[in-house]
Amino acid sequence: MKKLLLSMFAVSALSAGLFVSAAAQAAEVNVYSGREENLIKPLLDRFTAATGITVNLITAGADELTTRLELEGANSPADLLLTVDVGRLLRAKELGLLQSVDSDVLESQIPAQYRDSEGQWFGVSLRARVVVYDKDRVDPAQLSTYEDLVDPKWRGQICVRSSSNIYNQSMTAAMISHHGVEATEQWARGLVANFARDPQGGDRDQIAAVAIGQCQLAIVNTYYLAGMMNATNEEQREQASKVAVFWPNQADRGAHINISGVGLTAHAPNRTEAVQLLEYLVSDEAQTWYAETNNEFPVRPGVPVSAILQGWGQFKADELALEQLGTHNAESVRLMDRAGWR
Amino acid sequence: MGKHGSLLAVIVLCLLLSVPVLTVFSSVFNSSDGVWQHLVDTLLWSYIFQSLQLMLGVGFMVLVLGVAPAWLVTMTRFPGSRWLEWALVLPLAMPAYIIAYTYTGMLDVAGPVQGFIRDTFDLRFGDYWFPQIRSTGGAITMLSLVLYPYVYLLSRMAFLEQSVCVLEVSRTLGSSPWHAFTRVAVPLARPAIIAGLALVLMETLADYGTVQYFGISTFTAGIFRTWFGMGSATAAAQLSAVLMLFILVLVIAEQWSRNRARYHHTSTRYSHLPRLRLKSWKMAGALLYCLLPVLLGFLIPVLQLAWWAWDTHALVDFSAFSQLVFNSLRLAFTAALIALMLGMLITYAKRLQPGLPMRTATRVLGLGYAVPGTVIAVGVLIPFAWLDNSLDAWMRAQFGIATGLLLSGTLIAVVFAYIVRFLPVAMNTVEAGLGKIKPSMDDAGRSMGLGSWQILRRIHIPMLKGSLLTAALLVFVDVLKELPATLILRPFNFNTLAIRTYELANQERLTEAAASALMIVVAGIIPVIIISLSISASRPGHDKRT
Repeated sequence: MKKLLLSMFAVSALSAGLFVSAAAQAAEVNVYSGREENLIKPLLDRFTAATGITVNLITAGADELTTRLELEGANSPADLLLTVDVGRLLRAKELGLLQSVDSDVLESQIPAQYRDSEGQWFGVSLRARVVVYDKDRVDPAQLSTYEDLVDPKWRGQICVRSSSNIYNQSMTAAMISHHGVEATEQWARGLVANFARDPQGGDRDQIAAVAIGQCQLAIVNTYYLAGMMNATNEEQREQASKVAVFWPNQADRGAHINISGVGLTAHAPNRTEAVQLLEYLVSDEAQTWYAETNNEFPVRPGVPVSAILQGWGQFKADELALEQLGTHNAESVRLMDRAGWR
Repeated sequence: MGKHGSLLAVIVLCLLLSVPVLTVFSSVFNSSDGVWQHLVDTLLWSYIFQSLQLMLGVGFMVLVLGVAPAWLVTMTRFPGSRWLEWALVLPLAMPAYIIAYTYTGMLDVAGPVQGFIRDTFDLRFGDYWFPQIRSTGGAITMLSLVLYPYVYLLSRMAFLEQSVCVLEVSRTLGSSPWHAFTRVAVPLARPAIIAGLALVLMETLADYGTVQYFGISTFTAGIFRTWFGMGSATAAAQLSAVLMLFILVLVIAEQWSRNRARYHHTSTRYSHLPRLRLKSWKMAGALLYCLLPVLLGFLIPVLQLAWWAWDTHALVDFSAFSQLVFNSLRLAFTAALIALMLGMLITYAKRLQPGLPMRTATRVLGLGYAVPGTVIAVGVLIPFAWLDNSLDAWMRAQFGIATGLLLSGTLIAVVFAYIVRFLPVAMNTVEAGLGKIKPSMDDAGRSMGLGSWQILRRIHIPMLKGSLLTAALLVFVDVLKELPATLILRPFNFNTLAIRTYELANQERLTEAAASALMIVVAGIIPVIIISLSISASRPGHDKRT
């Protein structure tokens, strides 16, 4: 009995500390972030140091956070929704979870194709999906476009991750925007026919598979390769050194681009502070930080990038309005299901 | 409050705890915009097939890895057997997705093992055969290696609680030790083994991290693909409901097959166990058999993690670790205690009133464990947000006071989700123990004028000490490893070890994730060892010298 009482006491003692939610502070802004803590917190800390505004953060999958935001409704404490792809921002907009921001800073700094026409979301960094190839075995002159990857000469030579991954979904959605559903499905079938193995692992795994010779080409986001080039692990650095980046479709529409972006929530309780943070994210300081720390491309043209990014050269980016990617996302998943892209 | 009053109270409690599961079920009545038709046309059958394959494989492997070692360390003595007695539980501290990452890092095409093979024999990829780690077989192995301890623990508990008389009778009737094991001990331990197996299979169905990483399209992987890829939360919830129906059928089938058999012992004579000393090749065989799961499920991955952690220690922010450890531990501790108390209460109520209402209530509750954590989290979010928003609207209308969100986004929601998800672990464990206390004990207590509460306190709890402790610690370790519900439901600026590990691993920085992964394992080891030691000590007639 004593033990039972003791344990009950322990529960209540612990609970007392547990269940107090953070009390409202003077100036704060609340962020629901689809980007992991270690990739955003340092930047938010700089913002706090510069402005004195506290930033409260929850990180999780953007879909889960959108669901939470939707269910919490008008009482949600969230001010900003931050995601690492445009599709989720579009979905949040469709659900009526975001509101327009009217800011000269944002409109003048961010190219039009990387922000919502109604000002409900803004891109803050660019992520390019490219082809990497085995430097020893592939002559880059043989490479040209995403469309060309279905050529039988690449039979059994392409590595790419699962179609459950949002970057593949966005890439396929972009393809649908350019060529329509039917042609894209043909393309997906051709790509699957050229797979070296069942899709598995992440983008780093695809690069490693090229390095050891399981495939000659892989479709990956560039910052993963940069991460491997900078890794503490010697083996990863060595694998990264065996591959090179090829920018597809340079003669026509340009390489496929996605963004990480931010939207102001419809019921943001700290609107002023939230807009301040939004504008900070496209400042010189923040844009350079994205390029240096996360190896993503700044959304603002002309911001200097890291040596690794410079090493890959200038590239032409697809100018497709990113709104299109969200429109076609669900269709792209269905299409890949039909094509047998796991 | 009479007997019926208490029963009613327990049923209301069960209903409250079932809200998330029922919320998911209720989605069945919503329309899903043709997503179902698409699934039926394309992948549904492959989801079902893959899930079945995984369950069969894991089910078989955990029985092989769990039951016989439990018997060996309980009934025989060989060098290392005392050490193995608790070491066999250690893999429980290892989250499934972490062991999957670790082995993939080692054994994948680009990993050091295959690299060594290529360098040593001067081969290129494709010149040699090597098992594919990212495959259904690989997933079965990974899940089995960390889940077999459930079967091991529960069957060992059962073997320890078996009256030696039964075994002695079988031996005097001419059975060999092998026969005593297969014909008497295992059939008698069946409820416990099945309880363990049920936990394993439910955990297998709910697993997302491992199968997603290996690219295996199980039912759960399908749920998330539907939800995230097609933006159809409704269809995803409907898929989850199908998953639960599946579990329900399994549970009912098991209970039906057990029929009216009873498993409590008719004798209470427990002498200390006559442990058989194994010699020569039998000794070596037993040692190897019991060592293998510990080696593969714990030692090798831990060494690899430790190596990675050492390799990347310069990158890891250790100053934040104490807060992460503290957060993880207090959540696990709170949830474990609450789950234990509720589990005991509900199981005991079912023993007193084994009628249809209690049976139904416990069955619905039991489903929580098979539902992926993310789905449970949404099942918690919906009613909590509804409650908060309704209260807020009412308070505004009546008194002009905005109460905002009182429960959503607090740790109450997080702990509630843990209880919904892990209460079945506590209930199964307590029930397996309680089932072996014969009803005549209750009758004896009652004839001596004890009330139900006193019977529980003075007869059952002392007899069940081992089961109760096991139940609490299993929940503790499960919460320590839990990721998705914590991730979605947590308050601002609140992190745990599991979250830190996952976020790094999710960026494909496995080596940097190793330090926090190792901390989860270390934090889990201590309770795991306590579980194991306390089970040995819990045996009636336990003799310190044996």
